[in-house]
Formats: sequence, structure tokens, C-alpha cells
Amino acid sequence: MKTKGKRSIMKVARVIRSKNSGPYELTLDIMFKDRRYYELFKKKKLITADKIAALYGVDKAAVLKIIYFEPSQAIKVTLKRKIPSGTPGDTDIYGAQQHAPLLNIKF
Amino acid sequence: MEKRKKLPPFKILSTTAILGYGFPESSFKKGLSKKPDLIAADAGSTDPGPYYLGSGKSFTNRTAVKRDLRLMIKAGVERNIPVIIGSAGGSGARPHLEWCLDIVRDIAREENLHFKLGIAEADIPKETVLTALKNGQVSSLPFVPPLTPAVVEESENIVAQMGVEPFIKLLEAGAQVIVAGRSYDPAVFAALPIWRGYDPGLALHLGKILECAAIAATPGSGSDCAFGTLTEDSFILEALSSERKFTPESAAAHTLYEKSDPYHLPGPGGSIDLTGCKFEDLGQGRVRVSGSRFIPTDGYWLKLEAVRLAGYRSISVAGVRDPIMIDQIDDILKAVEVRVRDILGKDSEGSQIYFHVYGKNGVMGELEPVKKTRSHELGIVIEVVAPTQAEADAVLALTRSALLHYGYEGRIATAGNLAFPFSPSDVAMGKVYEFSIYHLMEVSDPAFFPVRIEEL
Repeated sequence: MKTKGKRSIMKVARVIRSKNSGPYELTLDIMFKDRRYYELFKKKKLITADKIAALYGVDKAAVLKIIYFEPSQAIKVTLKRKIPSGTPGDTDIYGAQQHAPLLNIKF
Repeated sequence: MEKRKKLPPFKILSTTAILGYGFPESSFKKGLSKKPDLIAADAGSTDPGPYYLGSGKSFTNRTAVKRDLRLMIKAGVERNIPVIIGSAGGSGARPHLEWCLDIVRDIAREENLHFKLGIAEADIPKETVLTALKNGQVSSLPFVPPLTPAVVEESENIVAQMGVEPFIKLLEAGAQVIVAGRSYDPAVFAALPIWRGYDPGLALHLGKILECAAIAATPGSGSDCAFGTLTEDSFILEALSSERKFTPESAAAHTLYEKSDPYHLPGPGGSIDLTGCKFEDLGQGRVRVSGSRFIPTDGYWLKLEAVRLAGYRSISVAGVRDPIMIDQIDDILKAVEVRVRDILGKDSEGSQIYFHVYGKNGVMGELEPVKKTRSHELGIVIEVVAPTQAEADAVLALTRSALLHYGYEGRIATAGNLAFPFSPSDVAMGKVYEFSIYHLMEVSDPAFFPVRIEEL
């Protein structure tokens, strides 16, 4: 779906994934195909705590940190898990399938 | 001043990402032909969830672990190369460690191997944690509730991730094979080189990559070996099968995996600082890494892990194909729970009822941004967690039958609402655990873990 010439992050990302970082955190990685786009996202601050909070429908305080990692041309976002891994009510013990909302990012 | 003797390259053969995940014998043999100074593997993770630590069971299979260990121990003992295993049995508490030791003793007997087996236990007595708590030597990790004495009392199988120190103690005692309880993953790779005088920052960073073996290569694999060569100022990574190679990208990308900050990797006693780290392509699938530094913390902190019993679980799996029902699924499930609680009254008070609705939000739950399903069919896992198995079974049975025959608005399929793939439809799953301790504890002696040598 194209809106006003905006591009999908899927065109420029090589990896978009989620995983536990310990039982209490969910960590999201976006790795770019090209340094150009990594720099663009970094410079324009296209990934913010507000944006992540909105995509996941969580409070901004649940976004622990956003880190730009040069060696991998990657952005890492770490979120609080709704409940710790394996606590009754959990839906994804490894946290490996929580990345889909990121696929909707347009820039 | 006497010139210090230069350290020779220290070579490490990492067999597999998790002991029991396997590795091709061809890769292992190629690794052996390079004359490694150490054969090691990490056996653990908290990833499979709290159940394994609580139940004392391994999440890996005994036959698979025995196969991996047989190859490693036989090669190591015959060639006089130390073999080191950390986080035995997956979670690394006493029952897991005993499970793994039993396999090692079996192998020694079957292969007629004789060696000094070093054993390190990671279990932490409750009194130790309670004392540390009283002395202000326990701190919470992000999003983890502060620890209280009551939670310590409820917890089972408290372990701490040991650093390199207990391994060094066992190496000093002449251990040829070491099997340790819960360990900081890189420690099994870094202990021996650190003991020999190599830089801890490089040794630990190399360990951090080798603990996942060929996962850090490309294409990645959790079931293949990786080889690391540590020198005084850098380390080199290489794969051992022609199918895969290390690239600066693959090695760097691995640094992101399962951690919240790729520049600072905290562990026992300090953190690995990668802000000045460089990944260089050496060609032929080899990568040189330099600039990793170990920054000791003020005081020596260990990560504690423990779980507590959360109840007993029963589940039932069923499908829904009726579009009229799918359209109202949320309201129907809510109404069914109300009915169940109304019928059982006090008898359902301690029970939690969950509906995992696949095709709607079974994967993401509340985080799912797509609120309205467009799926033509739904899969439902009805889950009940209760204080006893009998209560879980009773609440599940009633929830299942109430949903099966619930008369929702506009219903025309009046024979039953659910398609069950199995008979019996209900499964008693037993104990449910949840993480209760995931905190840091300060210790004065990093080698305080009980160690012993067993002559086999």
C-alpha cells in the first residue's frame, strides 16, 4: 500500500525480527540492506519511542531503549514484555513472532 | 625489565549452539585437525521458558546430548584437550547438572575413558539470597519487580550464572573435562585463555560469539561447529564446513542477537565494551575482531535466576469454521467465561481462563494491532491454570462444553460450535512455573560456587 510516495521499510531492510532479551524484555532488530538507509533513519530519527509505542499499542515507558548499531547498520529497540516469558497468559515464549507491526513502517 | 613472552594463538573449537543440537562429524574433524587448545559448548538458555528450571528437566534430548558429548569427550581425552560444558542440562540447577553428569559417566564407562572430571554447582541457597537482600546486595534488572524475602521463599532452583572463576579453579585442580551448572555463556570458552593470560575483553567477546557456534556464520546454523583463534590483540572466527562462512556482517549481526544493547554486554564482574570494536574481512570466510574491552564493575555482580510454581495447566484445542460465530468471537468467549464462573462460583476463583485465538490474535495477544480478523477459520486453545490439577481439569471441562454448546446470537449451526482434532479433547499438562527471580546479586568471592573433582 503506497501513501503519498512513502516507501515501505520492507524495501530497505534486510532483517526485521523480534526475540526475548531475557524473560522480561522483547528486543526488535531492524538491519538495513544499505548504509544509506541506516544513516537516513538515524539522521531523521524515523524510529522513536513514540512511534514504537503507537505501533504496539503500549505506553511509551515500555520502550526501554533505541540503539543504533554501526557495525550491522541496525536499529535495536527494546520493549518491556507484557508479561514475562512463560508466565500464564503469555503467547510467545521466545518472543520470536512479535515483529510484524514493524513491517508497516513507512518513510 | 624482562620482556614478557608473547602468547601463542589460542584455538577454540565450539561444537554446537546448545549441547544436544548436534553438529556434523566432518566439521568436528576439521576443527580437530587444526589442533584446538579447547573444545567447549554451552548447554543452556532461559529461552525455552521457566518450566525447565522449575521441573529440573532438560529441554534437550538425552540421546542427542550423549551423542554430542561422546564425540567431544572422546576426542578431548584422547588428545589431551580440555573439554568444557556450561549450563548443564539446559537450566543448570542441581537436577540438570546430575542429569548431564550421569551421561558423562556413562560415556566414560562405555568408551573406557579415564579422566579428571571437574564439577561446578550453580545452585544458590535461599539463605544466601536473603542475606544479600538484607545487605542491599541485590538489584533488579529493567522491568523486573524488586525482590522480596517472600518471593525468595517461594522460589525453586535458584541458580546464578557463574563467571570464569570457578572454571579456573577446576583447571588449576587439573580437570580435563568440566561440567558446570548454570554459567555465563561465554565463560566456558573464555576461562582457559583468561587463566593463561589472554585479554578478558577479547576472550569473553569471542566466547559470546562461539557460544552460538555457527549461528553467527552465514548461512547460520545452530547445529554446526565454529572455530576461534585468540591472539594478544584480536581474534579470528572461521566456519568449519564449506557451506558457510563468517563475514564482518554475520559476526557483527550476532552481537545484536537476544540482547538489549549491542555495545555493552553485561556479565559476571563487568561488561564487554564493543564501542571500539572492529570486524575485518580476512577472506576465505574468516573475520578478525579487535577492540573489544572488558570493563570491570564496581563490585562483582552475578545474575540470579529462579522460578516459582504458578499452578497446574489443562488445555483443549479446537477449531471454528462458522462465519456467524467468528464474527462475534470476542463476545462469545467473554460470555462463556462468565457462565463458567457463574456455575462453579467459588470453585473457579483460583483459576485463570485464557483463550488463545489463532487466526485472530493468538500470537500477539494484546499487542496485535489488527483488531478484526478476516480469517475464515479460527484455532482456539482453551487454557486453564489453577491451584491444583483437579481444579484445572474441572474448569477446563466446563469451559470446553460451555463453548461447544453456547447459543450465540444468530446461531444456525445448532449441533456444536467446535471442531476437535483429538479425542480426548482435554490435556492435563501438569505444573506451570513462572520466573520469580531475575536479579543481580553482589558477591565478595566470584569463585564461591562449590567445585569438586571426580576421578573417572
